[in-house]
Amino acid sequence: MATTVVADDTGRAKPRLGDTIFSRLALAAGIIILVALAGVFIFLTIEGAPGLVKPASFYGSASTFAGYVAPLLFGTVLAAIIALVVAVPLSWGIALVVSHYAPKRVATPIAYVIDLLAAVPSVVFGLWGITVLAPKLSPVYQWLEEHAGWVPFFAGPASTTGRTILTAGLVLAIMIIPIITAISREVFSQTPRLHEEAALALGATRWEMLRLAVFPYARSGMVSAVMLGLGRALGETMAVAMVLSAGGGISFNLISNTNPASIASNIASNYREGTPGKIQVLIATGLVLFLVTFLVNFAARWVVTRNERKLAR
Amino acid sequence: MNRTSFRKLLAPSVAVLALSISLTACGAGNESSADSGSDSGSSDSSDTSGGLSGDLNGAGASSQEKAQGAWATGFQGMNDGNVTVNYDPVGSGDGRTNFINGGVSFAGSDSYLNDDEGELSAAKERCNGTDPIEVPAYVSPIAVAFKLDGVDALNLDADTIAQIFDNKITKWNDPAIAEQNPSADLPDQAITPVHRSDDSGTTKNFTDYLGKASESWSYEAEDAFPVKGGEAAEGTSGVISAVSGGNGTIGYADESQVGDLSVVSVKVGEDYVAPSAEGAALVVEASPAAEGRADVDMAVDIDRTTTEAGAYPVVLLSYLIACQTYEDQAEADLVKGYLSYIVSPEGQDAASQEAGSAPLSDSVAEKAKGIVEAISAG
Amino acid sequence: MSVTTAPVRPSAESVSFTAARLPRFAPALVGVVAAAAAGLPVLLLGWGVVAWAIVAGLVFLVALPLWARVVEGSRGATDRLVTGLVWAACIVAIVPLVSLLYTVVDRGLPRISSTFLTYSMYRTSLDQEVGIYHALIGTLLITLFAALISVPIGVMAAIYLIEYGKGKRLARWITFLVDVMTGIPSIVAGLFAFALFILLFGPSTRVGIGGSVALSLLMIPIVVRSTEEMLRLVPSELREAAYALGVPKWRTIVKVVLPTALGGIVTGVTLSIARVVGETAPLLLIAGLTTRTNFNVFDGRMTTLPVLIYTQNANPGIAETAGGIRPGIEIAWGGALVLIVIVMVLNLAARIIGKIFAPKTGH
Repeated sequence: MATTVVADDTGRAKPRLGDTIFSRLALAAGIIILVALAGVFIFLTIEGAPGLVKPASFYGSASTFAGYVAPLLFGTVLAAIIALVVAVPLSWGIALVVSHYAPKRVATPIAYVIDLLAAVPSVVFGLWGITVLAPKLSPVYQWLEEHAGWVPFFAGPASTTGRTILTAGLVLAIMIIPIITAISREVFSQTPRLHEEAALALGATRWEMLRLAVFPYARSGMVSAVMLGLGRALGETMAVAMVLSAGGGISFNLISNTNPASIASNIASNYREGTPGKIQVLIATGLVLFLVTFLVNFAARWVVTRNERKLAR
Repeated sequence: MNRTSFRKLLAPSVAVLALSISLTACGAGNESSADSGSDSGSSDSSDTSGGLSGDLNGAGASSQEKAQGAWATGFQGMNDGNVTVNYDPVGSGDGRTNFINGGVSFAGSDSYLNDDEGELSAAKERCNGTDPIEVPAYVSPIAVAFKLDGVDALNLDADTIAQIFDNKITKWNDPAIAEQNPSADLPDQAITPVHRSDDSGTTKNFTDYLGKASESWSYEAEDAFPVKGGEAAEGTSGVISAVSGGNGTIGYADESQVGDLSVVSVKVGEDYVAPSAEGAALVVEASPAAEGRADVDMAVDIDRTTTEAGAYPVVLLSYLIACQTYEDQAEADLVKGYLSYIVSPEGQDAASQEAGSAPLSDSVAEKAKGIVEAISAG
Repeated sequence: MSVTTAPVRPSAESVSFTAARLPRFAPALVGVVAAAAAGLPVLLLGWGVVAWAIVAGLVFLVALPLWARVVEGSRGATDRLVTGLVWAACIVAIVPLVSLLYTVVDRGLPRISSTFLTYSMYRTSLDQEVGIYHALIGTLLITLFAALISVPIGVMAAIYLIEYGKGKRLARWITFLVDVMTGIPSIVAGLFAFALFILLFGPSTRVGIGGSVALSLLMIPIVVRSTEEMLRLVPSELREAAYALGVPKWRTIVKVVLPTALGGIVTGVTLSIARVVGETAPLLLIAGLTTRTNFNVFDGRMTTLPVLIYTQNANPGIAETAGGIRPGIEIAWGGALVLIVIVMVLNLAARIIGKIFAPKTGH
């Protein structure tokens, strides 16, 4: 409390100086982020631009850069979509259990385990994916091929090792669950208690209370959480590289052993033995990923603001 | 006031700090003992290349990492723990790039320098205009490994292997396989060929073998596996786990890592030869040097079509790349000492014990020794 | 359920002010019935435990809302269904997570010993023991410095976005670009830091701090994003109360806003540390690999645990006995376990610190 007294003594002249310094610092931090990102972008452009127009031999079986990057892009997006479709409902489920459904004794350990999982290195996710998950999924894929083969997603032939893009998507989903859960959980539990109690007092069931009081309050945070998860899913490198049996072209078949690689995993796989020219091509694909992330975020933001406007009306 | 608030914000990092400070108090248990031992040891040390000190940095093929670890250990032991050898397993390509731009003193590479992208000339420039040294580090036989219930061994010729990996032969009881294995009980089961999804020297050497030794392989030798489709796996360990995880699977990988899997005996001349260190060393010895190379460059074009008895032509020859002269005397001494140790019998033994690689044959090792011992400052 | 806990009234009572409710034991009852009902086809068709659990879960999810619909009406049914779904989601997600943790503990624990934790990989003879001490130190130091870089920048940037930049074009751009930043693949961050340090300090630069910079690129968006969300949720009444008392804005932020949001910020920071502490690709490039322990992030190579795990797994060496576990694989799993324990300790410490400093609220 002594400090407060000192501050009061100084009157009104000092705070203005403090305010200026503080706001400048905050602004500087924001600008550092812009500079860092611009740096990454410039680096990617300078190093990657020559990779856009290499002789055909640099692009493997495709002869142009577009042909080279298209399946990779497709694989990246497909794996990320699978991951999101699986992870988002599950994460929100866990977050709700922790923040609203479970008693504290149960909620704390659950939250703790989930937090721990955010720390598991991607290499370990990869190892677990190959040694534990993929063999378990292989019979499931065979079953899907037999019984749901008419759906294009499950056309087969089913992979015997289970290392398909669906498996990779599931591993990604497990990797991003902790991220989405942690942030959603925090925003859910930040809902003002009064709002919740008001809803309940009006006779709302628990679900109606969540819908009326919690979700509107937490919407922005929930979207942020999903965007962070999406970013991780798009950019994940090692786990996808290890789990996915890559090398195929564009295909919606989720259970065969011929899958498109993702951009990030392709960089990781081929960077090590690459000659300088090949590495330029890889960095150029990194640039494409960068732009895709840009566009995806742009689109998401647009959708969110439009919805918010609709709701406001 | 501002400071105290920041401490709150930095809560997790403060925890790290506290943890690291408590650990910073002491170094690693084994290192301190090595240091104290070195004082007494160095005075009466009369090792051939002992008495060096300092750090030696290299980078390159990740496949060499385990062998480099063994060599570093031996070399550090010879110099009583006064030397540290660091090897970044960033990959052959990056290793060569790092060597060329002066980032490291030597590079390990799964393929020799060539001028397709001007790397050889750039390396020459890096070495002040002298030709870069390329000596073989070890030979690594590439095994064609498979898992098929009820079959422990197979004999296959290059043509059959090529067609299997090209998805032309798709069943295990295909006549082409059955013909060569009259005694094996081959099931009517689909073959799942497994290849590397990452670029690798192993793939390059394997496809090079298929291209030269068979008539049905129409692709070039490349770091990336050229055939579309089929199962792909990351790294040697990925291929091994994919092959052992499935049934009816077949893949190619360093022989030392194959473990319990069954391996194919490859047709050489009229016989079928299983992968072995001796067979691998034999084929290297019989292979012609790459064209247009300086005396200090031991780059070899492996003779994939050799018919010599007992030779196993599906091998990967891993190289060490260094300069003939270094500006710094200490650096030159370290490189010379380290590379000499690598090609010495002790070094080759250490690598085969630790990484399972095949030692170089005596004549190749002798020639390499002559080259690396001429490394000097200047 | 704390709202209307009245038990089901006998139907004879025609006037009731509380809605009809299922008895408290209803979920348990339906659960047992569902488990039994699912057991029948599973036994007949010879399916496994997994199939039985799935069928039982589905039966439960259908049966309980149906019953609730009959007794409690559609609103009650929806509530029951959602409750069931939320718990189901939680259980479904926990299964692979626990499986993963179990795998790591199961394979990693046998390798842990005092030698493993206090020795580095520097050896002078092949029969010496090795450990992961050097990687442990490397991980702690590189992560510490990454946090020192990204936490101040991230938190201050979030403060700018929420407290100062509201509605400004610059702030909108920063928010947007931070989202874009989350998608930077770790290897690109590594390449960037590598190129930057090579450019500044020469081609043979391999320093731990370079790794910290690369990791910061991955950490900052998470710190900014989570802090931003938490600051946004601080009620404006609190700020206005402070302003009304004549407290300058910056002191309001430092003394009122940040402490209120502290719990969430600490979670965000911990999450971001957890996110990068397991990164491999950026560190291998710029921080290199060494077998020695290095305490100086500004000079010389540093090995970190994930890099060690990655390289050991990629080149596991050969097993001493045929069919045995390769030494590198053992080290990799042991290292993974240690890494998880480190993060667990960090997490715990962060929670405790957060609890001590956080203001006492009604929550």
